[in-house]
Amino acid sequence: MNDIFKTSQPLVEIKNLYAGYQYEMILEDINLTIEQDDFIGLIGPNGGGKTTLLRVILGLLQPKSGSIAVMGEKPEKGRRRIGYVPQFAEYDTEFPISVRDVVRMGRLSSQRLFKPYSTEDDRLVDERLAWVGMLEYQDRAIRELSGGQRQRVYIARALTTNPALLVLDEPTISVDIEARTQIYELLHKINQEGVTIFLVTHDLNVISSYVKTIGCLNRKLHYHGEKQITDEMLQSTYGCPVDLIAHGLPHRVLAEHEGGN
Amino acid sequence: MAELLSYSFMRNALMAGVLVSLTCGIIGTLVVLKRMVFISGGVAHTAYGGVGLAFYLGVNPILGAVAFSLIASFLMGYVQRQTRQRQDTLIGVMWAIGMAIGIIFADMTPGYKADLMSYLFGSILAVTHTDLWMMLGVNLLVLSFVILFYKELQAVAFDESFARVRNLPVDLLYIALVAMIGLAVVMLMRVVGLIMIIALLTVPAAIGTLFLKHMKQIMWLAIALSLIFTTGGLLLSYFFNLTSGATIILIAGISYLSALLIHKSCRQCPA
Repeated sequence: MNDIFKTSQPLVEIKNLYAGYQYEMILEDINLTIEQDDFIGLIGPNGGGKTTLLRVILGLLQPKSGSIAVMGEKPEKGRRRIGYVPQFAEYDTEFPISVRDVVRMGRLSSQRLFKPYSTEDDRLVDERLAWVGMLEYQDRAIRELSGGQRQRVYIARALTTNPALLVLDEPTISVDIEARTQIYELLHKINQEGVTIFLVTHDLNVISSYVKTIGCLNRKLHYHGEKQITDEMLQSTYGCPVDLIAHGLPHRVLAEHEGGN
Repeated sequence: MAELLSYSFMRNALMAGVLVSLTCGIIGTLVVLKRMVFISGGVAHTAYGGVGLAFYLGVNPILGAVAFSLIASFLMGYVQRQTRQRQDTLIGVMWAIGMAIGIIFADMTPGYKADLMSYLFGSILAVTHTDLWMMLGVNLLVLSFVILFYKELQAVAFDESFARVRNLPVDLLYIALVAMIGLAVVMLMRVVGLIMIIALLTVPAAIGTLFLKHMKQIMWLAIALSLIFTTGGLLLSYFFNLTSGATIILIAGISYLSALLIHKSCRQCPA
């Protein structure tokens, strides 16, 4: 993984950002700095704006106000250093395409429109496929894979772009528990190789020991660059008694709270 | 058979079948995979407005059809990209307006108008040398477009967000693809008529997606199937004195239904 892009500045810097769609503001006053080497897990309820935040970071949605810089540039430029793993629902799982062809997409860019894939591209694709343990499946069609295998293919595709930052939208949705652990092990390994990771999920169970820092998002973002979720963060994010949620969470990420068992 | 080939209209018709099949297989596969069947139908029917206008002005109807289908492609492509809701309504309305314009212009044109029907229902036996050259031109355009941008088109069809994050010209490729659909439509109009274009554009590729796992293979199979449908339909219509366009479409339709049944009872086929 020595082709990974390095930079000294924060990977993403968001200040006082508001974003949403035609009549509805989804994100309010977001401030977020993603530092090099971090592994951020962002939790929040469905409709809380997690995907919207990702779309803003990826330059797919213009913010209404506030500022955002990706690798010190506009998202539309800086995003070439982001490896994006979309949500399960974003792509067509029935699409007739092989694993290898999906991963090769990571080598596409506006600069190389008329050039065919090179042997260097193929080497990188082999390497990344082997890295996620999917090399032997390279000729399979995407629709022949399990949810977990498919997710590893998308991670390989994102890594083939040599990203500084890996952005994942609900990576463990529609994936069984065993595959879930495998994916987190894989992300942990990737993070140790120097790729910063930013993932969002509505599933509280997946916030595991692999994550370095945790945030909560429900229109407003509660993120302090720490690995603890406080009662207040959960209260204001989910708006329900903390105890109800606490049982689903590994205890290490929860601050001590009264009345818990 | 040798007797058949001695007629120049038959040779032209068979040649048209070959040319149409190439574009049909390639563009049809992209239409099916990118789920653009409805927009293709819209472009096809709007083209009739151009045919009517051309008749009224006394110019070659193909020119009118090209102009209208390209304008419709850009409009519908734009609507599909920009408007968040009611895209299907807007496309449906344009679809009907195009047809209405064609009919009104036909009303205003004095004289015998049976020829207008041939654009609705097709007349592969009336294909001229000029038509064949036009079809060859469209084929060259479509082939070079798809060969040049194959990997990008595949990426955009499969996962548009990722393609955008890679800074691929997603909107440009999309509009270019819709324009190709527009040209394909004009070409198919001569063969099966614009009312039945959707079937010939989508059925071969749809059968391909039932049994094959790669886009390229589906394109090849779709080309072969289009060729079988057009040639088979042409011969049947000749021997039984039927309307060629409808015969071609019926063969395609029956093949698709059979393919669905075979696929249902086949365990090894991809899900």
